[in-house]
Amino acid sequence: MVERNLFAGFGGQGVLLMGQLLAQAGMMEGKNTTWVPSYGPEMRGGTANCSVTLSDEEIDSPLVTVPTALVAMNRPSLEKFEKIVAPGGSIFVNSSIVDIKVQRTDVKAYYVPCNEIAAQLGNDKVSNMIMLGAYLGQSKCVEIETILEALLEKLGEKKAKLIPLNREALLKGAECVE
Amino acid sequence: MAKKLMKGCEAIAEAAIQAGCRYFFGYPITPQNDIPEYMSLRLPQVGGCFLQAESELAAINMVYGAGGAGARVMTSSSSPGISLKQEGISTIAAAEIPCVVVNMMRGGPGLGNIQASQGDYFQAVKGGGHGDYHAIVYAPASIQETVDMMQKAFDKADEYRTPVIILADGLIGQMMEPVELKEAKDLQLPEKPWAATGYTPGGKKPRSVLNSLYIETEDLDELVDRLFERYAVIEKNEKMVECYNTEGAEYILCAYGTVARICKAAIRILGEQGIKCGLVRPITLWPFPSEAVHEALAQESVKEALTVEVSAGQLVEDIRLAANGIKPVQFMGKAGSRIPSAEEIAERILEMKRG
Repeated sequence: MVERNLFAGFGGQGVLLMGQLLAQAGMMEGKNTTWVPSYGPEMRGGTANCSVTLSDEEIDSPLVTVPTALVAMNRPSLEKFEKIVAPGGSIFVNSSIVDIKVQRTDVKAYYVPCNEIAAQLGNDKVSNMIMLGAYLGQSKCVEIETILEALLEKLGEKKAKLIPLNREALLKGAECVE
Repeated sequence: MAKKLMKGCEAIAEAAIQAGCRYFFGYPITPQNDIPEYMSLRLPQVGGCFLQAESELAAINMVYGAGGAGARVMTSSSSPGISLKQEGISTIAAAEIPCVVVNMMRGGPGLGNIQASQGDYFQAVKGGGHGDYHAIVYAPASIQETVDMMQKAFDKADEYRTPVIILADGLIGQMMEPVELKEAKDLQLPEKPWAATGYTPGGKKPRSVLNSLYIETEDLDELVDRLFERYAVIEKNEKMVECYNTEGAEYILCAYGTVARICKAAIRILGEQGIKCGLVRPITLWPFPSEAVHEALAQESVKEALTVEVSAGQLVEDIRLAANGIKPVQFMGKAGSRIPSAEEIAERILEMKRG
């Protein structure tokens, strides 16, 4: 098993966190993982992306140049990275704010209205977790509960009260791709 | 210890502390700021000292001082900052003081950019500062390897009384991978009778003088001879190299650091097309594992070698010296932080095959 993922969006959408949680959860499930951020003079509203690889084998290149899955949280990300996705790969589109469709026919496209579902849950900040849920629902590469364990480690016990909301967000996202 | 997902810079800093480093002097520069940030938090917790100096020059001279007093000390910076430290590194080498210097290479020349690069190979391997000296140079390719290397770096610095450089690219610093840190148990630091730890008149210990100024020709000759005798021992004992898939290979890739991992991905892609390609990855850049490079290239099966680096042609010179004409060595390099993809490397090998 090897999953090469590219998570992309605006800075502030939680794109890097999504990738980190996946890498952390993958590690907790005994997989090899790498997380590589794009870094530069970026700020809120700028572009952000990260490459996350999960594998049962040793990971050679940590850079994802031909992703098996692309998560596009905004339109520029879809426009920029659609062409590099591996044939047969998956593209997850945040359809709440991306108003175009995937053009390619040799990939699977999933449209997830992240911001709308987040609004229904009463907290716009969990739109990234909805998307991560959708990704997990399709790829099944780690358990949702492991993601929550990873999140708890990141948040600390003091913020453990946020776990149920995030669980709901992940599950709602997973439902979108069923 | 259980595995932990850590950013390269933080893992390096923690590994240094586990290796007994208690002093850090530095000046901020991207993309290595997570090292001083982490050190500023952790060193006071273990009874050490973190100090943000007023400049790179000041920081490296503080390293001279702490190392001269026998402490395990390190500094870190990124390319332009490392350039500023070169005078100090030459002086430290001449004064035979152990220390560890981490360079998270970014794009150059000049202020360049803040993306990963390998443009400081010549600077680290061929001197950097003035005069005849060497520093041991380690080039890690993963965060776990970097962590394991930190212990070795401090040990070898003490053993040979020399500066040790960790030459990593910005990617190693910024990415996250699971690492296992070995908790230091009863850390026994070596005796350092040469250290300048204070002089008591009438005491048994003679006055320690650490110096790099030898006005008399004979005295300077003696120092340089002593250094080069030591370098000969280092060259004999300390070379490290990884040979991957080289046996019976048709083509040999030569690369270090993160680029070597991208080469492994290229080898995978080529393997799927039935082309056997191997990799020689120098882990120590000085001393350079010339024999291993030569041996891999000398195989009858090997047609050509390709050196891949994120610079305009630096490592390739040492590969060609090691090859000594036994096989053609091609070069694929991009300066200014343009990291070649595995697909591009594989394509280049296919081109070479087509002739």
